[in-house]
Amino acid sequence: MFRNTYDSDNTVFSPQGRLHQVEYALEAVKQGSAAVGLRSKTHAILLALKRSTGELASYQQKMFRIDDHVGIAIAGLTSDARVLSNFMRQQAMSSRMIFNRPVPVNRLVGAIADKAQVNTQEYGRRPYGVGFLVIGQDQSGPHLYEFSPAGNSYEYYAMSIGARSQSAKTYLEKHYKTFDDCSLEDLVRHGLHALRETLQQDKELNINNTSIGILGPAATHETGVSGVGAFRILDGEKVKVFLDSMVPKETADAPAAAAAAAPAPAADEDVQMEG
Amino acid sequence: MDHFPTNWGRPRNDAWDPYATYPIHQRPNNAPKDAFADGVQRTQQPIVTGTSVLAIKFKDGVMMAADNLASYGSLARFRDIQRLHPVGNHTVLGAGGDMSDFQYLQMILDELMVDEFAAADGHALGPAEIHNYLSEVMYARRSKMNPLWNSLLVGGFKDGKSFLSYVDLLGTTYSASTLATGYGAYIAQPLLRRAVEGREHELTADQARKILEDSMRVLFYRDARSLDQYQLATITKDGVEITESRKLETTWDFAEGIRGYGAQTQ
Amino acid sequence: MAQQRQFNPYSNNGGTILAIAGSTFSVIAGDTRQTEGYNIQTRYAPKVFRLTDKAVLATNGFAADGNQFVKKVRQRLEWYRHAHSKEMPIRAIARLIQTMLYGRRFFPYYVYNILGGIEEDGSGAVYSFDPVGSYERETCRAAGAAQSLVQPFLDNQIYFKNQTPPPGQSFPAHLPLPTVLELVIDSFTSATERHIEVGDGLEMYIVLARDSGLQGLDGFQGVTEMGATPEGEKLFVLRRNLKRD
Repeated sequence: MFRNTYDSDNTVFSPQGRLHQVEYALEAVKQGSAAVGLRSKTHAILLALKRSTGELASYQQKMFRIDDHVGIAIAGLTSDARVLSNFMRQQAMSSRMIFNRPVPVNRLVGAIADKAQVNTQEYGRRPYGVGFLVIGQDQSGPHLYEFSPAGNSYEYYAMSIGARSQSAKTYLEKHYKTFDDCSLEDLVRHGLHALRETLQQDKELNINNTSIGILGPAATHETGVSGVGAFRILDGEKVKVFLDSMVPKETADAPAAAAAAAPAPAADEDVQMEG
Repeated sequence: MDHFPTNWGRPRNDAWDPYATYPIHQRPNNAPKDAFADGVQRTQQPIVTGTSVLAIKFKDGVMMAADNLASYGSLARFRDIQRLHPVGNHTVLGAGGDMSDFQYLQMILDELMVDEFAAADGHALGPAEIHNYLSEVMYARRSKMNPLWNSLLVGGFKDGKSFLSYVDLLGTTYSASTLATGYGAYIAQPLLRRAVEGREHELTADQARKILEDSMRVLFYRDARSLDQYQLATITKDGVEITESRKLETTWDFAEGIRGYGAQTQ
Repeated sequence: MAQQRQFNPYSNNGGTILAIAGSTFSVIAGDTRQTEGYNIQTRYAPKVFRLTDKAVLATNGFAADGNQFVKKVRQRLEWYRHAHSKEMPIRAIARLIQTMLYGRRFFPYYVYNILGGIEEDGSGAVYSFDPVGSYERETCRAAGAAQSLVQPFLDNQIYFKNQTPPPGQSFPAHLPLPTVLELVIDSFTSATERHIEVGDGLEMYIVLARDSGLQGLDGFQGVTEMGATPEGEKLFVLRRNLKRD
């Protein structure tokens, strides 16, 4: 369990120039179930794998709406995520109150990254144990950002975080060049295929464990979505259409990806705190 | 000390005594309201004031006008004051009312624009955002019973759209294709409406300039707190342009014929 | 006594608002003129605001307070959406507004509010408020500059006050939508004639209950659909010109 004497205080560097507490925080993100984000010219979407703490429990919420034009998916400590998403909602609303404009997404992500950075430097604090994928829309179109407890934020074409997210990343790296011109339906299918790569061997995606967050105009079968397509979270029955559109794994050139998914870390027991 | 010059003596307060009928020893009461009130003073009335600001929409954007005078009561105290202030590349703020409060607003807006510039992410504040920001500031100050004593016009052009709106010391806002503050609301606004309403998308810059010039001239003839030196601001897709101050052409020879003006011949 | 001049944080910006509830609809209307004293500040400043797709708020009095109040209500509704992933029901919005108004009991929002929309049970609702939060649910209410002109007219035409039904008959409890819209339009045309602070434009928001059809709204020119709830309530706006003099 212990790494060394530089463990207990996150404001102290190790002789190798590392902040161990921050790295453990990144580890907490990896313990959370996976989330995938990707974007096209017209849409940005999030997909997440929900876990439940057992047969008797409901599934943990993996996505939060921040504003009409921003949504997040989380991996890590849900309670930390609620603190941060609450902060993001406040920022979004004060932007609307003060300037009557939707908050620029890059500034929103920058704001939480700055908050996270403070926790890596000030005495007596601990880093957030959660990572975000943030999708947002502004004049320049849809965006996807990753936020990590280290205080970094980067923009991506496609990204995944959480348990076994490397497998999803491998899938995304293979296909991301085609995403730009994808229809929403195709984009979601790619997202589901990527998310599927993060599953344990005997598990599969179903309407209970899959969340989809969409930003952009409605899919062909979607109803009740405003013209520009405000952020919406699809759960339960609403994800069925998309799940049905998936190509079964054997035919979907999966051998390589499946191999990557195979050496799943054993430390994947469901834990109460983690989403 | 008492920072309100009107409490010192002259000049008299034109707001409640336009014809100087009130005895000079009657003063606004700024008596302390609690033990610490001595240390705090609030704007209860404007001191150095600017008069009207005019603004209209035209084919390519918005044009605004304001003269260069800052009065101290009835004294024409400062005659080279700029009351049109550019805010970023798409917006002009025009102010009537207390000039020190206006300068304070210029300061906080300039700070805001520096912060925005530093973000350097392509999310520039446009006229609509700046107007909303100002309305929040003005309303917040009125709610603290410590108003910024101004009537402001915000004109701008961004993303192909003209913007023209008003906000004042109460936080009251509204927009229209012609706006005028102060005396201009009584004298110039009817002229502007007749010239502009329904023709916002036809008027050329030259026509718009003429309309404002004519209105400024009428104001100079009729508003005793105005000046024949003024500036024009034009905001179009090409950005903000504020002219050097220019002089109104006026004629006064008709005055000779008015009984009671010149030397009486009979 | 020395001359005192105190900053007055209030103003009155004229105009009139009005709302009428039917059994399966609600109409919320207001003129668009904004005045101060004898000045017309603008001919188009909306006083009626969509809160949700089944709740509409009309404000009247001091415009700056009104706009600020609507902003604050909308923020509270957004937090409710975040917390519950659904729109706040109208009776809850009404109580929220009462709490927010009373919270400023000693520095009131100088605003008369009328809230209209559809209840969870599908009935049309109108709630009216005074500036410090007293409120009640009613069938119809006028407020603002021409309240004293419009309310008696509505009492007579909606509540049938001072009318006697023909022998053996009774007055209807609720009127159909086209009748109500005509009454609203007539109210504002008359108020425009007799009150200098009313005129320029009329904005009528119409909320229809779920599964209640168009209720004759299709017979009106220039109706724009503004939204619909997932459950099926529909929101429309209808605009008319009023005299500008």
